Amino acid sequence: MDLFGLIQLILFITILVALTKPVGLYLVRVLDAEGRTFLDPVLRPVERLFYRLFGINPGKEQDWKGYTVSMLCFSLVGLLFTYAILRLQHLLPLNPQGFKSVNADLAFNTAASFTTNTNWQNYGGESTLSYFSQMVGLTLHNFASAAVGIGVAAALVRGIAGNSAKTIGNFWADLVRINLYLLVPISFVFALFLVSQGMIQNFKGYEKTALVEPAPAETPMKDAAGEEVRDEKGNTVMETKEVKTQIIPQGPVASQAAIKTLGTNGGGFFNANAAHPYENPTPLSNFLQILSIFLIPSGLTYYLGRMVKKQQHGWAVWSAMAILFLVTLLVCWWAESAGNPRLHALGVDSTSGNMEGKEVRFGIFNSALFATVTTAASCGAVNAMHDSFTPLGGLMLLFNIQLGEVVFGGVGSGLYGMLIFVILAVFLTGLMVGRTPEYLGKKIDSYDVKVSVLALLISIFSILGFSAWAIVSKWGLAGLNNSGPHGLSEMLYAYSSATGNNGSAFAGLTGNTAWYNITLGLAMLLGRFLVIVPVMALAGNLSGKRMVPSSAGSFPAWGPIFTLVLVGTVLIIGALTFLPALALGPIVEYFLMMKSGLLY
Amino acid sequence: MAARTHSLFDRKIILQATADSFKKLNPRSLLKNPVIFVTEVGAVITAIGLVFPSGSETFAFVLQISLWLWFTVLFANFAEAMAEGRGKAQANALRKTRTQTMANLSKPDGSIEKVHAETLKKGDLVLVSAGELIPADGEIIQGVATVDESAITGESAPVIREAGGDRSAVTGGTRVLSDLIQVRVTANPGESFLDRMIGLVEGARRQKTPNEIALTILLSAMTIIFLVVIMTLKSFGRYSGIDFSVTVLVALLVCLIPTTIGGLLSAIGIAGIDRMVQKNVLAMSGRAVEAAGDVDVLLLDKTGTITLGDRQATEFIPAPGVRPDELANAAQLASLADETPEGRSIVVLAKKYGLRGRSISELPNATFIAFSAQTRMSGVDLEGRQIRKGATDAIQAFTGNDILPEIHVTIGDISLKGGTPLLVAEGNRVLGAIYLKDIVKGGLKDRFERFRAIGIKTVMITGDNQLTASAIAEEAGVDDFIAEAKPEDKLALIRREQAAGHLVAMTGDGTNDAPALAQADVGVAMNTGTQAAKEAGNMVDLDSNPTKLIEVVEIGKQMLITRGALTTFSIANDVAKYFAIIPAMLVTVFPVISPLNIMGLGSPASAILSAVIFNALIIVALIPLALRGVRFRPLGAAMILKRNLLIYGLGGLMAPFPGIKLIDLIVNALHLV
Repeated sequence: MDLFGLIQLILFITILVALTKPVGLYLVRVLDAEGRTFLDPVLRPVERLFYRLFGINPGKEQDWKGYTVSMLCFSLVGLLFTYAILRLQHLLPLNPQGFKSVNADLAFNTAASFTTNTNWQNYGGESTLSYFSQMVGLTLHNFASAAVGIGVAAALVRGIAGNSAKTIGNFWADLVRINLYLLVPISFVFALFLVSQGMIQNFKGYEKTALVEPAPAETPMKDAAGEEVRDEKGNTVMETKEVKTQIIPQGPVASQAAIKTLGTNGGGFFNANAAHPYENPTPLSNFLQILSIFLIPSGLTYYLGRMVKKQQHGWAVWSAMAILFLVTLLVCWWAESAGNPRLHALGVDSTSGNMEGKEVRFGIFNSALFATVTTAASCGAVNAMHDSFTPLGGLMLLFNIQLGEVVFGGVGSGLYGMLIFVILAVFLTGLMVGRTPEYLGKKIDSYDVKVSVLALLISIFSILGFSAWAIVSKWGLAGLNNSGPHGLSEMLYAYSSATGNNGSAFAGLTGNTAWYNITLGLAMLLGRFLVIVPVMALAGNLSGKRMVPSSAGSFPAWGPIFTLVLVGTVLIIGALTFLPALALGPIVEYFLMMKSGLLY
Repeated sequence: MAARTHSLFDRKIILQATADSFKKLNPRSLLKNPVIFVTEVGAVITAIGLVFPSGSETFAFVLQISLWLWFTVLFANFAEAMAEGRGKAQANALRKTRTQTMANLSKPDGSIEKVHAETLKKGDLVLVSAGELIPADGEIIQGVATVDESAITGESAPVIREAGGDRSAVTGGTRVLSDLIQVRVTANPGESFLDRMIGLVEGARRQKTPNEIALTILLSAMTIIFLVVIMTLKSFGRYSGIDFSVTVLVALLVCLIPTTIGGLLSAIGIAGIDRMVQKNVLAMSGRAVEAAGDVDVLLLDKTGTITLGDRQATEFIPAPGVRPDELANAAQLASLADETPEGRSIVVLAKKYGLRGRSISELPNATFIAFSAQTRMSGVDLEGRQIRKGATDAIQAFTGNDILPEIHVTIGDISLKGGTPLLVAEGNRVLGAIYLKDIVKGGLKDRFERFRAIGIKTVMITGDNQLTASAIAEEAGVDDFIAEAKPEDKLALIRREQAAGHLVAMTGDGTNDAPALAQADVGVAMNTGTQAAKEAGNMVDLDSNPTKLIEVVEIGKQMLITRGALTTFSIANDVAKYFAIIPAMLVTVFPVISPLNIMGLGSPASAILSAVIFNALIIVALIPLALRGVRFRPLGAAMILKRNLLIYGLGGLMAPFPGIKLIDLIVNALHLV
């Protein structure tokens, strides 16, 4: 933990706070079908064209069921579309490397992954997918799934703000407007900026260059038929070769990288994601990519405050998120700086902390910051190997995801996830003011509680259920490369990341098997849509309620007390649910690292 | 009804409750309480583990865990049984009077038959004469009688009950002191107010309130979450090389699911109804008590609620050229036979003007003229003098002269101050005015102030004119008032407030109050009121004291706060239990994890047992709080929240640490495991 890290952290928080209000105000305009923005002269005609093309009447609001059905149909079509592209990529254009059709289970996993804003990648981008698959099949979802998330959050906020209202907005209008006025323009500018930093954007074939300094490498020896040669024990025989050249993948990186972080998607163009020099060329590109992850989620809290006409409420939610973020970041930063005492005991330099799996260009703080942000939000882009984090550092990342990624969170999904916790926090403590629980003038009835806990239960079922199944089944264990507590951490991380639609991986897990492709794909779909449906039901139920006028006797959903109540609720529900499993994973691992001579 | 409150530790109630807690073990009755039901299933499972041992634990350990799980269920049952017992004891005291009563049933052929009161049905006609108990709730259809209602109200002064009008309802168990009345029974056996009240505190007929339903859903969801947690933990354990035994997993489950609030939830609800009874208010449903806490508009009748029912003479204001004592003298004479409180207050006031008290017997030649609705005057004809007092226009008509402008000014002044002017005239000469004043009840202003602090608006409703109403509203400190109100205005006002999202409480007694009582979220009917009013409201005040509305609201709030406080406490408790149980479960395979045992508990077995024991005992420890309720303070919501979070949130987080440690010390000292 050093001064430069601290300065960057302060800078990061300051800029985030400063951007929250303008982004929030802009969101108010974008998310209002009648709203005016400075881009109107250019984009209004395009917007109208879309409406005419698809027969959308933006003024016709939908009730929650209509909105949900539209959203589900849209997502289903998108899922099938991407699945088809991946399966047919050998027939489609922009495939200079001549990649083959993606197999069925991987195509399902990938389609589910991008439709759900997860961007879990069981494939290596540069070695599996054509440019067409990346740009059309995947990048499309980077915009669409982000817009779906923001739309759902907006619908919930409208539900909270509405007074005896029957409708909560028009899904199609939201989808068009969010893309047209928010995601596309910012991504465009951001991509240009990234290119200025050295990020590439081309359709060239992969380049082969000579290495500056040829290096020896051990590779499996191959016989004349191209089969690997094995010795009498069945082990592969290795030979040392001098490597003189290197293949450097190319492609339209910047256009995907901009929306990758802005839309909290996280799916990298390259397998190394934001650790790859082409995908994250400079410290500035690194800083702004991190900032762009939190940009919209942070602005949405301001949108919330503005819409419910109680800005303090928006800031209270923001503060709760910020507190949770700072706590996990500081622990992670500290743990990574402290490093691994067992390595230090072996004489490894301890001053630079735990640098295993980290890009030397970024160092401890920027890796810890990126990792915490990407897991707090459901982004999943990475600039370091999460698997190599110390047990406590990794615990923070895992815990962030398991809390439901409500710390700013994914675009939209972070806010609606947090609002579920807000409902539960108000319900649990609201009685203590001597009234039946009331959230911003809306009485919380049993229906609200039912759908809120349903949203929570589905994630918990998926994370714990799939992990518990995988960890004792032969299919699950087959993909596990580590044993002991760290193996459990990897397993928990995989299903947490999939269910939470994060998409980052602890790796160490061979995920590209039929069993993992299907179970992880299911976890992603459950964690996305089975959570959204109850959230939409909540929006519908809240919108129809009559607003009780605020008085001195109303539950104050703002101020430091409320912020602490919200933080406490998130922590207690998250901790109580996942502590037993975490105790057997990263927590035991931490104690083993600190105290024992055992190596895992 | 002197001993309305029972000590928390009444021996009889405790004995009965203990017996009932075993009866309540019946899984079918526990099913409506999912948390405790799961606890019972856990207790059964551990008991089976005693017969067919599976894990490596000692018999003594499994036995003790199992026993404490059974105790957990029993303690939860005991809490509910205690609350029921106290409620029943109060209801029984009310009902006792009635059980032995005989009734004179008048048959259609005119004959009279003696029957037991319990056999009376709705619509039966009974005759009740002086000295007899009224056998059932009913309505007088013939006759007038004085009735001693002290059995239910505690008020010793007899009241008049008569056929027709707003004073026709009688309550079973009260005694007729004079005259003979014919009563039509209005409630079937088992349907009277008392029966409904008893039903409310007994499990079978108690309906969960909306908030209880929502809370039960949340508690059930938490139970499901923890079921998933412990079931998956088994699998994680298998991977990690730890074979968690069923006993330990069940122990962990029961410690984590919110047994504290699960066990106390219904007791809190019953205790709320019970506290209403202590204030002599019968709530017709738990829902009504809950609504009382939510009320944010109080609709208060001026007369009887804000002011004492009667106006008092406070000043004589003579006409020009009339001596004050001359006016006082005339006023006194005119009021001698006037037995109304106003009349008596005039006589009392006259004494302060130096007049000696006179009695009617001193004036044998006087002819007293009583007040009548036609003349709207009363007075006396004495030795040729005609003295009258009455309303302005009545006196004007009596004197036949126009009233002097000075007197008009006086009348205006009195009205402006919220008083009622009465004119006194002798012959054709107006002597002056009597200032009758509405007396605002003491302490109300402070109370309304407190209500404002907790966000409750008070609205006064009165038939008086605008001027009078505003003066009294100001003096009483209400937020708003409605003058010249007709009965239907109340209903309109309630609808308007409700449409704006408010919850409204009101009191009423007349038949024309019934629609408004039914519309209000909390309608408190006066026991002296008509049957229609009582049917329409959702509470009945046995004391018929409209000011009690304020206490009703406080009790409602108190119940909600108690429920919230114990929920928060219960969930916050879990943190400490994790620190007791998780290290204990892992430490045998991963000894390095022992620093997590921050309480320094003796052994894994004692740690788990101590957590289970703490979990059971905390229910018992909180029973008094559940029954008595958390103290309500009239502060703003933010202040109350802060205070209660500190006590029950932070307290709930911290309390189990020393608690479990202490139990662990005892468990180890006694070598229990």
